[in-house]
Amino acid sequence: MTLALDVLTVVAVSSGAFFFLAGTVGFLRFPDSLSRLHALTKADNLGLGLIMLGLLPRAGGVGSALKLIAVWLLAQVAGAAVTQLLARAARTAGPPA
Amino acid sequence: MTDALALAFDFGLAALVLIVATWTLLTRETAAAAVGFVAYGLLLTLVWMRLAAPDVALTEAAIGSGVTGTLLLGAAARLRPTEAAAEAEQPGKAMRFVVALLCASVSAGIAGTILMLPDPAPTLAAEAAAALPETGLGNAVTAVLLSFRSIDTLLETVVLLLALLGVWSLAPDRVWGGRPGPRDGAYQSEVLTFLAQILAPFGIVVAMHFFWIGADAPGGKFQAAAILAAMWILVQRAGLVDSPPVSRRWLRLVVVAGPVVFLAIGFLGSATAGAFLAYPEGYAKPLIIAIEAALLPSLAVALALLVAGPPARTE
Repeated sequence: MTLALDVLTVVAVSSGAFFFLAGTVGFLRFPDSLSRLHALTKADNLGLGLIMLGLLPRAGGVGSALKLIAVWLLAQVAGAAVTQLLARAARTAGPPA
Repeated sequence: MTDALALAFDFGLAALVLIVATWTLLTRETAAAAVGFVAYGLLLTLVWMRLAAPDVALTEAAIGSGVTGTLLLGAAARLRPTEAAAEAEQPGKAMRFVVALLCASVSAGIAGTILMLPDPAPTLAAEAAAALPETGLGNAVTAVLLSFRSIDTLLETVVLLLALLGVWSLAPDRVWGGRPGPRDGAYQSEVLTFLAQILAPFGIVVAMHFFWIGADAPGGKFQAAAILAAMWILVQRAGLVDSPPVSRRWLRLVVVAGPVVFLAIGFLGSATAGAFLAYPEGYAKPLIIAIEAALLPSLAVALALLVAGPPARTE
């Protein structure tokens, strides 16, 4: 059982880190603001979710586990809203000269 | 193996802090430098966590990175119309040399002082920990801030009031005592409204949690006040509430109430315990909680008003 949880932690945290890396590569390589935001939000939300999932078995209590889940949910809400605002600002301003 | 990993992480973190700091100093655009400063603050938060100082980490994240970063971004937005002109104005070679020399000598002085500290460094940690039971608190940092060195905390809260007066005094005569910030709902968008409606209740609960656990665990009024201030600014910017005119009596009373209660309890100490800010035997914890409870709304309102800026329009 402990081994299975350890494997879950390693796999989930590693894949989470991979998604963060993919999102960052997209952020650096994509041609315009909207697709850069797209790369960041999708990959980072998934990455954060996977890392949270991997850390859950190590939280050491229901309270700490709930805090981890709350961190993920709050980061998602804030990230989604801020990205919408940035994207609107980018669309209104148009492409940089 | 774990030690080597931790060491590699610490070195990487330190390198990253230095790189972000250098980039922030060298970048020419004010808004970009402000964003760099926020990133630098978040990295410093991680450094404080690695040094096992969660109280400092929380304050760095909330005040150092959060509130200060917001203030800098606001300043950058205000400076935008004049930024091109300011950048075109290159100071002379001699001037730049003198500035570089002064900055370098300050850095060298600080670095030298840290390198010359005796090993082990002088510390009062043992005495502070030994005196902890007398305060009735479980968190040594709170005990230092509100018992052993409470005069510093008192002065800090008064300095915040002075800063607020400084910001207000930037208001032009015709809007003196008016409402700070842009017109109601100037940034209004349904996304921001949604975020404010979802986040504000969460923020208030988290702030109260930080405030309450501050006696025994990392947290306290300053971090809680920063979160409350952020929530208030968020609902203002979303157009859900308007910013209050700064001439309102209730507003000014809330802002001064915290320092006034702190001072009053300080003078009470002169009368009952023989020294300014001393707590009578056995009453340390209730008095500390009273000070914290009085300071929380004052600090939250003062920080929010600092971020909101000088009055910009009449009622």
